[in-house]
Amino acid sequence: MPLQTKANIADPDGFYQELIDSQRDLRDGEAELMNCKLVLILANHIGDRDVLREAIKCAGGAQAAGALRGNR
Amino acid sequence: MLKTYEYPKFAYRQSDEQRTGKPRRHQAVVIGAGPIGLTAALDFARHGIETVVIDDSDTVSIGSRAVCYAKRPLEVWDRLGCGDRLVAKGVSWKAGKVFFRDRLSYQFDLLPEAGHKMPAMINLQQYYLEQYLIDEIARRDGVELRWKHKLLSLKQADDHAVLTVETPDGVFTMEADWVIACDGANSDTRRMVDAKFTGQFFQDRFLIADIVMKAEFPAERWFWFDPPFHRNQSALLHKQADDVWRLDFQLGWDADPEAEKMPEKIIPRVRAMLGDDREFELEWASIYQFACRRVDNFRYGRVLFAGDAAHQVSPFGARGANTGVSDIDNLAWKLKLVMDGDAPLALIDSYNEERAFAADDNLLNSTRSTDFITPKRPASRRFRDAVLELAEDNAFARPLVNSGRLSTPTPYLHSSLNTPDEAAFKGKMAPGTNCDDAPVSSDGRRGWFLNTIGDGFVVLTFGGAPAQREISFGNIKARVTVVGRDLIDAEGVLAERYDAQPGTTYLIRPDQHVAARWREFDPAKIQKALARAVAA
Repeated sequence: MPLQTKANIADPDGFYQELIDSQRDLRDGEAELMNCKLVLILANHIGDRDVLREAIKCAGGAQAAGALRGNR
Repeated sequence: MLKTYEYPKFAYRQSDEQRTGKPRRHQAVVIGAGPIGLTAALDFARHGIETVVIDDSDTVSIGSRAVCYAKRPLEVWDRLGCGDRLVAKGVSWKAGKVFFRDRLSYQFDLLPEAGHKMPAMINLQQYYLEQYLIDEIARRDGVELRWKHKLLSLKQADDHAVLTVETPDGVFTMEADWVIACDGANSDTRRMVDAKFTGQFFQDRFLIADIVMKAEFPAERWFWFDPPFHRNQSALLHKQADDVWRLDFQLGWDADPEAEKMPEKIIPRVRAMLGDDREFELEWASIYQFACRRVDNFRYGRVLFAGDAAHQVSPFGARGANTGVSDIDNLAWKLKLVMDGDAPLALIDSYNEERAFAADDNLLNSTRSTDFITPKRPASRRFRDAVLELAEDNAFARPLVNSGRLSTPTPYLHSSLNTPDEAAFKGKMAPGTNCDDAPVSSDGRRGWFLNTIGDGFVVLTFGGAPAQREISFGNIKARVTVVGRDLIDAEGVLAERYDAQPGTTYLIRPDQHVAARWREFDPAKIQKALARAVAA
């Protein structure tokens, strides 16, 4: 399954508020750590390496050397 | 001088060829009497290759250095006659704990399967390993160890190399059909042939301290990320023989290596780690930094590289010495067949093909561990810390924790020496893979599969009663071993690991790797695969 790039979240304003509110009481460093955990949790949920690779690219990340070498 | 070990001093002797000034042509000259050079000498002796080892020192490894030895190299040393002694002296272990700050993040078990002669991993000071290898060499013919011999220069001819060597008696010349450079990460031999040695250098420093203490800690690998006693850095604790414990502290790039080596700097670090009440004595300490790189070709004319001289990895995962032993395991039989004219020179080039592939796999693993343990920028560090925090309660995050992926052999799955499968097989014994051990019996005695196959070509076939006792190609003979006749697989472990059905047949190389496998015993196919396995 390719990366879902069409709108897929019900109640987008509600979700966005929930995301922002979740970090309201956090200091910057804590919020950054939480973002990292969120990425890892969601990445594990997706699991599919092709979808994850596409998402990393979509987010503006460099093509990883690991992607070129494959999942050896 | 250590408290638990006295370094032997090996006598320097002037060789006849130096005394007479008449160079001798040796079949093999090994440069460096470290774990890899000594393993080469032993394996060459097994194969009947006349060998001289030269080393510029006159003792064993100063300091415990490599410490961790994995199952496959233990199997190789067992083939060479000293596996039992190493295991008896070493500390076998299989469990590890990973701590993040003041909490246990998770623990792992190397989950060694039952039914292997050798344990998953032992810890043993490198000087014991070298001493035992030297003891074993003394019991063999055809190997000469020459101490206080330093290689000054090397010149290549078409079919041999000329070595200029310095001893306490001056400079002399020797010749070698083949030179095996096992002279470590700073290999002089590599410079002499102008080989490229490229890769990634890491800007970090680590302190290793060996201490002697009586402690009830279990024989486990304990690894800390950012512990309270050593903030923002990593630390490691490992048990060795003789109540010696290896401590490893990451120091960062700005640390002053000379100052950090002093007991007055080390002892407070150890006290912070173990508590003020713990009695210990400092045994040995060293500061290291590392790189991940490899030589561009394992063969330069008549010079072959092995061990750290060929590839340098980070220490995380115990991949240095372990993979070096596999280099020799791969090389020795090939060299013998080519020396005897039984296989073409191309077989030697398959050494580069297979071991460069393994080195790249090790480098990849080692670099990945290093990136996890020493994140290069704040953003990577946040991801690292996120993984460690999640790992405590979330099983999914634990496989992402990388405190070193412990050394396992790299199968040569794409090697040109393999004959591809025609039939479907389950399990992991694909062509190019090192053979799994299993309990078997032969001649009424219980023993181990790897001990029974030894170090020649073997055709292993399950059931049936083939008329042939061997399959040959030219002068190369593969002994036919029938499971059920020549060896008994009473527990069925061998059959399970090799996915055997009646008629299933394997061709096994002298380094105990699978070359080919079939569902039937077909002498013509076996002979063809044998030819292919020697690059003919």
